[in-house]
Amino acid sequence: MKKYYPRSHYANEVIRKGFLYLVLIGLASIYILPFIWLVSTSLKSSSQIFVIPPQWIPNPIVWQNYRKALTLMPFFTYLKNTCIIAFTTVLGSLLSCSLVAYAFARLRWPGRNIFFILLLSTMMIPFPVTMVPLFILFSKIGWINTFKPLIIPTFCASPFLTFLLRQFFRTIPMQLSDAAKIDGCTELGIYSRIILPLAKPALAVTAIFMFLFVWNDFLGPLIYLTDQDKYTLAIALQLFKGAHDAEWALQMAASTVVILPVIVLFFFTQRYFIEGITLTGMKG
Amino acid sequence: MRTFVLKKRRKMSSREAVKGYLFALPWFIGFFVFTLYPVMAAIYYSFCSYNIVSSPQWINIANYKTLINEDSLFWESLFNTVFYTFFSVPLGISIALILAVLLNHKLRGMSWFRTIFYLPTIVPVVASCILWLWILNPQFGLLNVFLAKLGITGPGWLADENWSKPSLILMSTWAVGGSMIIFLAGLQDIPRRLYEAAELDGANWWRKFISITVPMLTPTIFFNLVMGIIGSFQVFTQAFIMTDGGPVDSTLFYVLYLYRNAFVYFKMGYASAMALILFIIILFFTLVIIFTSSKWVYEEVK
Repeated sequence: MKKYYPRSHYANEVIRKGFLYLVLIGLASIYILPFIWLVSTSLKSSSQIFVIPPQWIPNPIVWQNYRKALTLMPFFTYLKNTCIIAFTTVLGSLLSCSLVAYAFARLRWPGRNIFFILLLSTMMIPFPVTMVPLFILFSKIGWINTFKPLIIPTFCASPFLTFLLRQFFRTIPMQLSDAAKIDGCTELGIYSRIILPLAKPALAVTAIFMFLFVWNDFLGPLIYLTDQDKYTLAIALQLFKGAHDAEWALQMAASTVVILPVIVLFFFTQRYFIEGITLTGMKG
Repeated sequence: MRTFVLKKRRKMSSREAVKGYLFALPWFIGFFVFTLYPVMAAIYYSFCSYNIVSSPQWINIANYKTLINEDSLFWESLFNTVFYTFFSVPLGISIALILAVLLNHKLRGMSWFRTIFYLPTIVPVVASCILWLWILNPQFGLLNVFLAKLGITGPGWLADENWSKPSLILMSTWAVGGSMIIFLAGLQDIPRRLYEAAELDGANWWRKFISITVPMLTPTIFFNLVMGIIGSFQVFTQAFIMTDGGPVDSTLFYVLYLYRNAFVYFKMGYASAMALILFIIILFFTLVIIFTSSKWVYEEVK
């Protein structure tokens, strides 16, 4: 009577895996195609761009586009500005967020839980809500067209990164602090000599997220910076686009230059990224 | 004996309280100067006529009245933003979930796929806007060239007022890596035994997905939904760079119109009124999700 032999478990597995790979490769191609299109276009001459069907591998390869993109705008001024802001904001957020996270994760003080809920709720306040009064405040104290409005607030502990660090600090056993306290260590000592060294991965995540935020931020610099020589790369790229409309190869070359550092950073720090995002999704 | 001593030490002492406030000081300063003050000031300015140069003039609820009764662009921008949110958030969450489920297999090369799906998320928005302008170019863009191969004449995308919002929604599905990673972490928390029990009962993969994966992931879906809505109501850069709100105001999003009122027309009071309405809208949607969450979010009994 029996007609169907059950396919062996092994054969089943192979088919299942093969199918999974096929779907993943298909989807991954869709997600990576824009990047290939970006780099491919950035290396084409202006006549090659408008060839249909498009050539994926440019012939000849026009490296010249990159030189043009870097020299047509004062690229290194923008890079310097972005790096100054990135470096100081990373420093500011590492310092302030870790201190505040320490208070919320490892110290007991009246109102702590209420203030923590307050901190979490401020994460939901959209920047456009505070944008106008902040602009007015900064223009009254003469901070417009300086880096200060972009830098100083990061020394006041961004709620998001503080939350992230607090989640991590909580996982460090309390006994470590208690033992140090018995040995006569001060609170600042416990913070700097026990907690911070143990929290290196989380601090790395904070630094990376902050750097990425500054590198990508658009609305902030757009509002606060008025002189072109103060621009960050993000708004400089928008300026470049306006000045070289329809010169797609140049636009793609300039975009590639702005994207590249982020991608390099990502490849070196991938592990931290994944951990960091996971931490923010955590309950508790 | 030792545990007793430690317990006693963990009790709140006034010295620790002082330390707590001192350590949290940066946040307190930030909260008052960069959050509480601006929110209060925004409320005040929203009842004023204010162009920065001269001092604010109290005009009662005139800004709100004008916005609601006379400003058709306000309604247009609100509609555009709600439309964008309504499609891009659920679409983004679904795609992120599908990608996460596919990635949640212990197979070779998975970290490569994860990297590829995540990469678009870290690309600076300005750069991805420029790239997508080129992809969506009606004549020579990648998308329409591809559609032409399939024998379809692609639309004008961003140049067509009916397709401009769908274009930006499509673009938003490229950068769903953040939610994907959060889903992936959520998936790894689902106990294996649930699937094993289902397999014993003969459940197929679809059944398992609907009856185990989705219910167990509802806390993660909840998180991504709230964050997605908050973020998507603030959509700005794409429209600012790619379309400047056009064609025919079809991508004039709320924050873009707010930005114009504040920094192009210098109507600070009017822009503040818009900002507060945005705040209330976002708060409303967030609270609706939070209050309905007990009906659909699975909570682990600890």
